[in-house]
Amino acid sequence: MEYRIALAQLAPRLGEVEANFELARDWLRRGAAEGAQLVAFPELALTGYLLADLVPEVAMRSDDPRLAALSRESPGTLLAIGFVEETDGHRFCNSAALLRDGELIGLHRKVYLPTYGMFDEGRFTRAGDRIRTHPVGEPLGSIGLSVCEDFWHASLPMVQALDGAGLLVNLAAGPARAPGSSAGLAAIAGWHKMQDTYALLGTVPIAFCNRVGNEEGLTFWGGSRLLGADGSTIAEGPLYEEALVVGAIDTDDVRMQRYGLPLLADERVELVRRELDRIIAERAGMPEPAEVEA
Amino acid sequence: MSAPLPQIEAPTAVEVITGFIRSQLEQTGFKRLVVGLSGGVDSATVAFLAARAIGADNLLAVRMPYRSSSAASEADAMRVVTALGCHTELIEITPMVDPMLALISGDDEASLQVRRGNVMARQRMIVLYDRSAAFDALVAGTGNKTEALLGYGTLHGDMAAAIAPIGDLYKSQLRAVAGELGVPEEILAKPPSADLWPGQTDEGELGATYDDLDRILFALVDRRWSVERCAAAGLDAELVAWVAQRVARNEFKRQTPPVAKLSLRTPGVDHLYPRRRPGSRRGS
Repeated sequence: MEYRIALAQLAPRLGEVEANFELARDWLRRGAAEGAQLVAFPELALTGYLLADLVPEVAMRSDDPRLAALSRESPGTLLAIGFVEETDGHRFCNSAALLRDGELIGLHRKVYLPTYGMFDEGRFTRAGDRIRTHPVGEPLGSIGLSVCEDFWHASLPMVQALDGAGLLVNLAAGPARAPGSSAGLAAIAGWHKMQDTYALLGTVPIAFCNRVGNEEGLTFWGGSRLLGADGSTIAEGPLYEEALVVGAIDTDDVRMQRYGLPLLADERVELVRRELDRIIAERAGMPEPAEVEA
Repeated sequence: MSAPLPQIEAPTAVEVITGFIRSQLEQTGFKRLVVGLSGGVDSATVAFLAARAIGADNLLAVRMPYRSSSAASEADAMRVVTALGCHTELIEITPMVDPMLALISGDDEASLQVRRGNVMARQRMIVLYDRSAAFDALVAGTGNKTEALLGYGTLHGDMAAAIAPIGDLYKSQLRAVAGELGVPEEILAKPPSADLWPGQTDEGELGATYDDLDRILFALVDRRWSVERCAAAGLDAELVAWVAQRVARNEFKRQTPPVAKLSLRTPGVDHLYPRRRPGSRRGS
């Protein structure tokens, strides 16, 4: 069964929450008009990226009525969108919300906040502590949400694939850099390799929505992509320009891919868990977990 | 192991920089740019980038020769103006620079030469900012990455600008970008010079070619190589050490001055905001 997805590769306005809600409403309607059952937006689409001390000014709760109202603009359509979330305990997180008909059906708080090189996220936001998938009904079953840097850690998409995700959705704000590589920009080449590999090894379709536009000296590169469960590219957006990237995955393809390449079914999760327990103990300098007698 | 020159995909660089220029203007509420045009490749490249980003009609190129500036520089600057069809003004800085140097004198010729170079660069900054107000424009800087790292520029002089379009391009990369943009061949071919005194060339003054300097800077800065590893890769060990020291010695030129911390929140230390944000746009 075909499942149509629209990736809203737009340029949010830094710090201008109401203007970004307006943009999101417009792009959500356009996506729905294209027949999309899911419209995905970039990381921090409602706030912009380089916020620094603007974080508390733009933060909203995940039950903010504006989020619900945005979702109700397009009945029946799934909406995945990034924003700064303020939790009950006033923790400020870089979050992705999954909504439909005004109801919050999934929330992911960015687990890996890059705080190195050009990135300073850990200084202004706090990390999430859950890697889950969110049931969305047939034909997908469930969706694994993640935010940008989360995808640079293979464990996260693999956990979501093992948890039964029928689709991985990564919302990103990737700045262009390192020109001169064979792909033009080294960062883009890295993203492509990783997405191709996760789709192939996770036998799972991937929707990657990356923003465009400029903040300070940064240029966000776009290039949003939709990949099939065999790692093939179904749709790909232009670099640097705004675009609504629309494509369809076929859940029958996912079914036959998983029959022909039963990697997820064969995965030795208990073995991985045992070795991870050992590595965790070693890293923390704790005694090794007792071997179970055969 | 070898130490290559930094590479660049020129069309990508042009696309990124023109997008940067447009967004900076949009975010600040300006439509126009002013650039000081010397006749050299750096300012010519910035002028071409600006014209491509916002149209030649929104660009004012200010030529600011000193009495010792070469006639060839002025001819090359006019080549850029003619090629682009941008606005231009000729403002001679000699009558602004010489009286100040005459008023405060007493130096030997060597130190006078350095002072004169700095006063010229700062006088040009004053003219550019004055014209930017009249033209309702931002000042586009013409500093490149090689200069910034080596500190080969005058603080509050040629280093002063609202935006730095080519600030992340090494000199050797910049030539590729200039070629992509169609900067006239005469400008690409001539030896780079600050043209502060007759016969001056950058490479003569720095004591090394830009290609050699860029190989070293790319290794030290972008690839994070140690001085020892650079030497092992065949780079001139003495030159590498000199470059590394120069980069360190000029760190102060690349940063805002340190503020003596007293309060709970100090601008630039823990009062941190993007330059362009709600309320920062002119007229907002």
